[in-house]
Amino acid sequence: MARKSVGLTGDYAVAEAMRQIDPDVVAVYPITPQTLIVEKFGEFVADGIVHTEFVPVESEHSALSACCGASAAGARTMTCTSSQGLALMHEILYIAAGNRHPIVMVDVNRALSAPINIHGDHSDTMGSRDAGWIHLYCFNGQEAYDSTIIATRIAENPNVYLPVIVGLDAFNISHNTERIELLDDQEVKDFVGEFNPPYSLLDLKYPVSVGAYFLPDYYMEARRKLQEVIQNSKKVIVEIHEEYNKKFGRNVPAIMETYKMEDAEYAILAMSSITGVAMLAADELRSKGIKAGVIRLRLFRPFPADELYEAISNLKGLAVVERADAYGAACAPIFSELSGACANKKKMPLMANYVIGLGGRDVKIKDMKSIFEDIVAKVNKGEVKDLRQYIGVKG
Amino acid sequence: MALKLTELPSKELPITSGHRVCAGCPEPMIIKQAILASNEPVVVGEATGCFEVSSCIFPYTSWNVNWYHNAFENAAAITSGMEAAYKALSKRGKVTEPINFIAFGGDGGTYDIGFQALSGAMERGHRMLYICMDNQAYMNTGIQRSGATPLGAWTTTCHVGKVRPGNVRASLRKDIVAIMAAHDIAYAAQASLSHWNDFMRKVQKALSYDGPSFITVLAPCPRGWRFPASETVNIAKLAVETGFWPLYEVDNGQWNVTFKPRELKPLEEFLKTQGRYAHLFKSEEGKQVIEHIKELVQYKLNYINHMAEATKGCEMNIFGRCALPEV
Repeated sequence: MARKSVGLTGDYAVAEAMRQIDPDVVAVYPITPQTLIVEKFGEFVADGIVHTEFVPVESEHSALSACCGASAAGARTMTCTSSQGLALMHEILYIAAGNRHPIVMVDVNRALSAPINIHGDHSDTMGSRDAGWIHLYCFNGQEAYDSTIIATRIAENPNVYLPVIVGLDAFNISHNTERIELLDDQEVKDFVGEFNPPYSLLDLKYPVSVGAYFLPDYYMEARRKLQEVIQNSKKVIVEIHEEYNKKFGRNVPAIMETYKMEDAEYAILAMSSITGVAMLAADELRSKGIKAGVIRLRLFRPFPADELYEAISNLKGLAVVERADAYGAACAPIFSELSGACANKKKMPLMANYVIGLGGRDVKIKDMKSIFEDIVAKVNKGEVKDLRQYIGVKG
Repeated sequence: MALKLTELPSKELPITSGHRVCAGCPEPMIIKQAILASNEPVVVGEATGCFEVSSCIFPYTSWNVNWYHNAFENAAAITSGMEAAYKALSKRGKVTEPINFIAFGGDGGTYDIGFQALSGAMERGHRMLYICMDNQAYMNTGIQRSGATPLGAWTTTCHVGKVRPGNVRASLRKDIVAIMAAHDIAYAAQASLSHWNDFMRKVQKALSYDGPSFITVLAPCPRGWRFPASETVNIAKLAVETGFWPLYEVDNGQWNVTFKPRELKPLEEFLKTQGRYAHLFKSEEGKQVIEHIKELVQYKLNYINHMAEATKGCEMNIFGRCALPEV
């Protein structure tokens, strides 16, 4: 079937996906660079194109709170935010996951204050990484569109029933116009299907109490269950991606995308749009005879430790390149996570951590080349003196 | 439906026995009165607080109606979401029965930390009634001061000391009813569980409007106010009879006094029943504070009377929001 290809920004692509999903409730507060999504969706609401109850709330805290109420009441529910907005939701993120509300949230990844900065990096979602949400990170606008649809199915799967964050890079994706292939409205409608919640606050025949008080006698069991459910969700996440790709001829990776990794000796592991730059750098290194590859991590929660280990175990050197930092920690988040996951593995590459592109600082091919060269040099020396380096910092 | 005390016991109670509130706690009474007043099924959103932690300790629940708790400051926001879901699912034909949405919060979750969410929900026009169970302090966390704590009262964050006579503030408390009425909502009122008929009629009126409404109900707390558990209703009654807690409403912009004591009892009769004011009777400075509280009480009574006079015949039915196009 010939589908429509249109020029859209990443934000508008997400808004299109939301229009096609036509969720029951969207509660949202505007924040740059997410604003385009809420504005565009607001247009659809004003024109009656969607049937959504649109709740333009007074803060992100209330946005997610209203989403929780709506979701508990059996409504298919979505929201979107960025940066400080996600930080303001922080408290409710844990409640949404703990109460098992299948909310889909698109987060346009933006730096956190202070100093205030509206540009891209992953500080915001990395700060929310342990709340119990599934995290998917997008490569481009097309993937942002596809992920919004896929995330709806993942969240509402009876074996998952958890909230999902879809992360897309500020401006690089949110504001860049790309060629986006849209599915037909009916295709999306059929794929996401009807939402049939197992319980609802509006079901008067079977009254439920949601959000009970857990004393020390049960709290740990509830939290342990959350870990079990999110860990087990990986299987469903893969299945739904496979179904989507097969049905619509797409190639959205569920867990990671590997680039020239078959024979790679050195690799960059990164997330989202900057991996494109790393791929170009890998090509250049390959032309010089260095076996360089790239791993793009797409699924950050649940953390795919086994799959990642398999991808890196035969490497000589691995550069973990991150657009977020962890202040006072030994390393940035993904590096810490990966090294923790591989704590008892015998065969490991030499690893180093590189922080790049904070607050929208441009990430260039030459930066990625220098990272590749650095990790090669470290392997040749057989030692890592500076475990975490900052790339592209002036002076 | 007319309210008949004799008929109320035949209705199914919204909360069961077995909850773990303190002896003499007014909150189960307030919740029963409020929900029994509704002619339609009620779905409840609740703020973190005394009644939340004591009514739904996993794996048990005392709630006989659908009930949702999320956090301390977002009862109004979660109830907005529930109401939005109701609208959306009604439009899609998935929900057909009429439902009333009531949010319950304490004064901390209403006057203070939940104030922004409450203001937003009222301004947006959700069809929900927000009921504040007003015990004038953060009782659940151990009697700390809130924006509803009156002048001169003792709490664990406004102690009675050598230089401080309990809570020091310019007014008696934040005027939550006036603030809510200033949102131009259809209905805002102040009630007391001692005057059950007045309160339940107010709930019925509030629920009759197709928009947001607000009621604050005095909730005398035996633990926080320091009085015997058997005295809760009597103290609530005294608060009304001394003018400390006037009963009134703002109905579509029209202020009405809904209960006028034939003669106001001296304020001391209310104050002396509670340990939180005991220090005021022990010193000259304390007695001055009592005089000041009396002035503030009189000021508020005058204010309400003036507002009732000034808004007479306003009939501002535009606040009902019924005339808005369906969206």
